[in-house]
Amino acid sequence: MIVNGVAIDDTFAEAFGMRATRIIITALESKWALHAANTATGFATSVIACGCEAGIERELTPEETPDGRPGVAILLFAVSSKELAKQVERRVGQCVLTAPTTACFAGMEGEPIALGRNLRFFGDGFQNSKMIGGRRYWRVPVMDGEFLCEETTGMVKAVGGGNFFVLARSQREALAAVEAAIAAMRRVRGAIMPFPGGIVRSGSKVGSKYKGLVASTNDAFCPTLRGATRSELTPEVGTVLEIVIDGVTDSDVREAMRSGLRAVCDLGMSRGILRISAGNYGGKLGQYHYKLRELLA
Amino acid sequence: MTALTLRLRESPPVSIDASTLSPPRLAGLTRARIEALELELGNRSVRVGELFDVSGDDWDNVVVENATERLMHLGAGMETGTLEVHGDAGAYLGSGMRAGRISVSGNAGIFAGCEMESGTIEIGGNVGDWLGAALPGNKQGMRGGFIHVRGHAGDRVADRMRRGVVLIERNAGAYLGSCMLAGTVIVKGGIGPQPGFGLKRGTLLLLGESRLPETFNDCGRHELLFLTLLERELRARGGLEALLPLPRCVRRYCGDLATGGKGEILLDAAR
Repeated sequence: MIVNGVAIDDTFAEAFGMRATRIIITALESKWALHAANTATGFATSVIACGCEAGIERELTPEETPDGRPGVAILLFAVSSKELAKQVERRVGQCVLTAPTTACFAGMEGEPIALGRNLRFFGDGFQNSKMIGGRRYWRVPVMDGEFLCEETTGMVKAVGGGNFFVLARSQREALAAVEAAIAAMRRVRGAIMPFPGGIVRSGSKVGSKYKGLVASTNDAFCPTLRGATRSELTPEVGTVLEIVIDGVTDSDVREAMRSGLRAVCDLGMSRGILRISAGNYGGKLGQYHYKLRELLA
Repeated sequence: MTALTLRLRESPPVSIDASTLSPPRLAGLTRARIEALELELGNRSVRVGELFDVSGDDWDNVVVENATERLMHLGAGMETGTLEVHGDAGAYLGSGMRAGRISVSGNAGIFAGCEMESGTIEIGGNVGDWLGAALPGNKQGMRGGFIHVRGHAGDRVADRMRRGVVLIERNAGAYLGSCMLAGTVIVKGGIGPQPGFGLKRGTLLLLGESRLPETFNDCGRHELLFLTLLERELRARGGLEALLPLPRCVRRYCGDLATGGKGEILLDAAR
């Protein structure tokens, strides 16, 4: 399959079941909600070493937030319910509770996990709870007033690890293509691209020659190893960049991938895009398969 | 289907326990069975049919017409449906209520909504003492739900209240929120002496004239975000325009310092 001169590999991305939650962070001004959201979703690129994968889903207008202030919706994904609960508590406790004027609310229904339930103890006995509209909120006294935090947020089964590779002639051309893809994918609700700027340059394979390393460089897609390993790259490919997608639902991942793939293909071969591929494990490990050619059909 | 309507022919000479006349207790009964139900009237029993004209067939929606303060325990322990009282209700209206909605067009007696767990009570007129309170000897009053009084309320509103919201559009009597454990009470009008006496936790939001006891300390002017959430909830319920908007900025007093000081009285800072 060739779209606008870009070869689409007959392959698929293999993704896994995860647990996810959405949290809404609000603040007096949107910049403070963004500061808190950026911090809370920082160092959350891969579950391999970060505990969770997280990102900003979108900014919210005052009309969309529970307290009528500007806000940000963030999504967090982890491999288990327990790990997700741990990450939510740590990240909200260290990055949202600490940020001036912020408040924190559940962003989705689902199995309840603690949001402010344990953070309330920071109030050292001065905290108050309020039941409003059937939901419990904690008012934790802090130095700028009160930190208002909903007791729990909802956790749902989700999908993590959707991906595709963009193979281009040069770094600049590859970067322009994935940036265009990310811009399109960020318009899809329910999906995040957890890596820096949404983009990964260090795609990995499972395992390593070194004991104890669970992942190592994806040598088959490294252009500098074309002559040193069983390479997947043709001579004209100078750079490969990957986009990883986590979604609340299977269709969110599918939609985000479709948007990204189309954006890359729209640039086409004339802009140095040669091929699109995807990462999988032979289809034996992940429950979700996203076939590139089907997505672009 | 039309609402099951019980029209009181004339006010009974003494108070009767009317707790039977609520949706779940009448569910599935034929008109004849309802008329045959016995109510306690002083030291004797009287059949529903002797006091009320019964019509309609929607057991989930019960209407009591020509009601007077002699009808006690209306909607007590109610678990579902709606109870509409045209006229006045006696003591213990909706006491121990668990769900559903009660509305009274006139006044209600003492202990309305006492120890209720959930649901909504709306009183168009005034209400007696001990609204949403605990029964004598019990440790906890209202444990959830929503009470809205359009008129005045008596003394000891929300005494030992544990959770829920009480709204009073006009004045409230003495000892408002006495020994309250948690929950929210909003009074638009004036209040009697000693509000928050023994308050342990919870919020009294007083929008009218009020004089606070010495055992409350000023914590300053603040914009409290939970009031925004509360206002949104009240707007969503509808029919509460007289109480809205809630103040953006309040003066916070913590107390009762004689009992831990973890409760709060909030006054409109703009006053």
